[in-house]
Amino acid sequence: MEIRPILSALMRSKVALVLIGLQIALTLAIVCNALFIISQRLQLMGRESGINEVDTFTIGSLGFGTGFNVKTSIEEDLAMLRGLPGVAAATSTNTVPLSNGGWSTGISLKPQQRTSSASSAIYFVDEHGLDTFGSKLAEGRFFTADEITFRERGDNTWPSIVVITRALANRLFPGESALGKQIYLDNEGAPQTIIGIVERTQVPWLGFASDEGPDAEYQSTFVPQRISFSNFGRYLVRTEPGRRDEVMKAAEAKMAQINTSRIVREPRTVEAIRAETYQEHRAMTIILIGVIVALLAVTALGIVGMASFWVTQRTKQIGTRRALGATRGSILRYFLTENMLITSLGLVLGTVLTYGLNYWLMANYEAQRLPLVYLACGVVVLLLLGQAAVFGPATRASRVPPAVATRSV
Amino acid sequence: MFYYYLQLGLHSLKRNPLLTALMVFGIALGIGTSMTSLTVFYLMGSDPIPWKSDKLHAVQLDNWSADQPYRAPNEPPDQLTYLDANALMQAGKADLQAAMFKTVWPLQPENPDVKPFSSLGRATYKDFFAMFEPPFKYGQAWDAAQDKEHARVTVLSSGLNEKLFGGTDSTGKKVRLNEIDYTIVGVLDKWQPRVKYYDLTIGAFNDAEEYYVPFTTAIELQAQASGNNSCFESAKPGWEGYLASDCVWIQFWVQLDSPAREEEYMSFLNNYVNEQKKLGRFARPLNNRLPDVNEWIEAQGVVSRDAQIQVGLSFAFLIVCLVNTIGLLLAKFMRKSSEIGLRRALGATRGQLFMQHLVEAGVIGVSGGLIGLVLTVLGLTAVRSLYKDLNNVAHLDWFMVLTAIALSVAAAVLAGLFPTWKACQITPATQLKTQ
Repeated sequence: MEIRPILSALMRSKVALVLIGLQIALTLAIVCNALFIISQRLQLMGRESGINEVDTFTIGSLGFGTGFNVKTSIEEDLAMLRGLPGVAAATSTNTVPLSNGGWSTGISLKPQQRTSSASSAIYFVDEHGLDTFGSKLAEGRFFTADEITFRERGDNTWPSIVVITRALANRLFPGESALGKQIYLDNEGAPQTIIGIVERTQVPWLGFASDEGPDAEYQSTFVPQRISFSNFGRYLVRTEPGRRDEVMKAAEAKMAQINTSRIVREPRTVEAIRAETYQEHRAMTIILIGVIVALLAVTALGIVGMASFWVTQRTKQIGTRRALGATRGSILRYFLTENMLITSLGLVLGTVLTYGLNYWLMANYEAQRLPLVYLACGVVVLLLLGQAAVFGPATRASRVPPAVATRSV
Repeated sequence: MFYYYLQLGLHSLKRNPLLTALMVFGIALGIGTSMTSLTVFYLMGSDPIPWKSDKLHAVQLDNWSADQPYRAPNEPPDQLTYLDANALMQAGKADLQAAMFKTVWPLQPENPDVKPFSSLGRATYKDFFAMFEPPFKYGQAWDAAQDKEHARVTVLSSGLNEKLFGGTDSTGKKVRLNEIDYTIVGVLDKWQPRVKYYDLTIGAFNDAEEYYVPFTTAIELQAQASGNNSCFESAKPGWEGYLASDCVWIQFWVQLDSPAREEEYMSFLNNYVNEQKKLGRFARPLNNRLPDVNEWIEAQGVVSRDAQIQVGLSFAFLIVCLVNTIGLLLAKFMRKSSEIGLRRALGATRGQLFMQHLVEAGVIGVSGGLIGLVLTVLGLTAVRSLYKDLNNVAHLDWFMVLTAIALSVAAAVLAGLFPTWKACQITPATQLKTQ
């Protein structure tokens, strides 16, 4: 297909060329960057928390006044929960992964150390903690029943043993086994010995201690204590597969029954907690997908509109060419090639805009550099879109009968 | 004349309904998208108390560890210790001042039909009400004497009053919170600040509190705050140890009625910290701050990054839609070249033709804008269902409706100007020749 006549024809309608080209360029820039953001959010949302999210729920209680005995109430609740049909395991806990609330602390390797060596989330659990969370033990052992103590209000001392996650172990003791080593949860207090290492348990907060690297979100420490804040007691329950919702209702009813001088806080599944924490990322993903679809639709319709206009305007010219022997195929090819040329010019400008937008996002919103593959995808999509959009009008052009040429001359 | 142009425009638009629909749809989509994101962005960051936001200041004192700042690069904590909050309240150097923290207590209604429930409240001083100006429906705030003597008094929200007393005047009645009876001294009217700027530590867009009690009472009852608590070193054991610690957990706001008062208060704070330094506290260099409401909202990052990115992308989208409309409009006007040539030959001036086509472009713009406004409402509904915590934020107000209309008219004129100008350049002679 000879390109020169097409080019010289295009040069006679520069404005239209610029408009379509600009539209393609902006579309490419937005689509590439939006796709990149989407893929990063999907990756973020797809990470595993390391715990059983499907069969677990939390439930809590808030006791009335100073006369309320939190310690015994927690023990009674746990005994009741563990006896409920369908419950596989239950533990007291201060929080659960991804719940966006909890306790974090800086861990030191030496007493009186001035700045801490790593940040960590603290999970206060009992001997059923690991089993209930559903995290895997990698080394050593978990707590036994006689190691669990009750953390009295205002007591700031820590027990002498802890279990930590592998991410935290790697951060504190890179290249060596952390098992049996000592750490300081309080740099002015007594040390804690690491008795076990858990494969993976996410912290409650997204973006936790991001200056300590991407694995910081898995730096968790298990402490063998039961704890209560102002008469709050919180439990995590893991049920037999498929029985979560039924057990949840039963647990709520039973807790309200065995102790009336308190409020039973509405149980929540860990799945619901996870969904709420990732809500903004999910929303951003959906919004961006909407923008991409709308943008491609507008651009495609714009091309259809412009191409139709050109076809109508050149009806006479097409008729003449047909009369002079051009086949239908060559008319069709003419419009397809013309569109390909305009789109390509737009895409060249679009590449500059794409990286310009990416640069703006990097400068202001800590985005990363856009990998080339997104640009490549965007280019292919827009080329195909352009060809598809122009195909209808081009087909119409190819059907212009040669006789048109003779009519109005 | 305008009416005639309007008729001509409508006639011309009707001749090519598909192209017209395409143009209107393009503008509507662009306006809808950009207005939705702009509304969320604007309302997230907009001044929640414009008549006095420059007089209300959060107090920040840098009592953090010598070894590291509270937040990089050198941000002071966003809350105060009990020691400092108490000292500043005692000094009372501001025009109005209130220390406060969030509490979650069980509420035990007298009415046996209403089950006990946990309720969100705030422990604060009487000046809270004068500073943030929640409207009172019944009664008023407690007084300074009640602050001083740890009185068991409370102010209820209209929602809680509705729930417990059916919305009647409940002042003088009692409400039982965590086994203690409080006398109701005031009931608020409906009050929901768009951004809960006075306490941003637990989400910026949460619901307002259901009850307010004196700070001193909550401290006497050893009520732990349900908000954020940050320590750089362990507190001494027990409640007294906690109160004497350098842990920060209290929000502190002051009202300063003039810039001069602001300066005075700042120097008072600096003197206070310098005195404390002699006692061995405040190891970091002097770094006290008094941001006003808008500075505070900005510094605490209330407007999410996603909302900012969405605004940027949606306006780029609007530009695409406009370019699209310019192209289509141009195509349309060019198609009418012969008609324009004929009118010119029959004596229409360029100015008249310009007006005629601008009216036609305007019709497209205004209808696109109106449909865009409907799309904005739909878009905001979608935003509310996607972001549960934006329920209080994602609503159109009059200002945004006017902005939307202005934006769509500007967009339409912008899109119509070039094609119209181009159409007027047509010389009658060439067009008539080819007829």
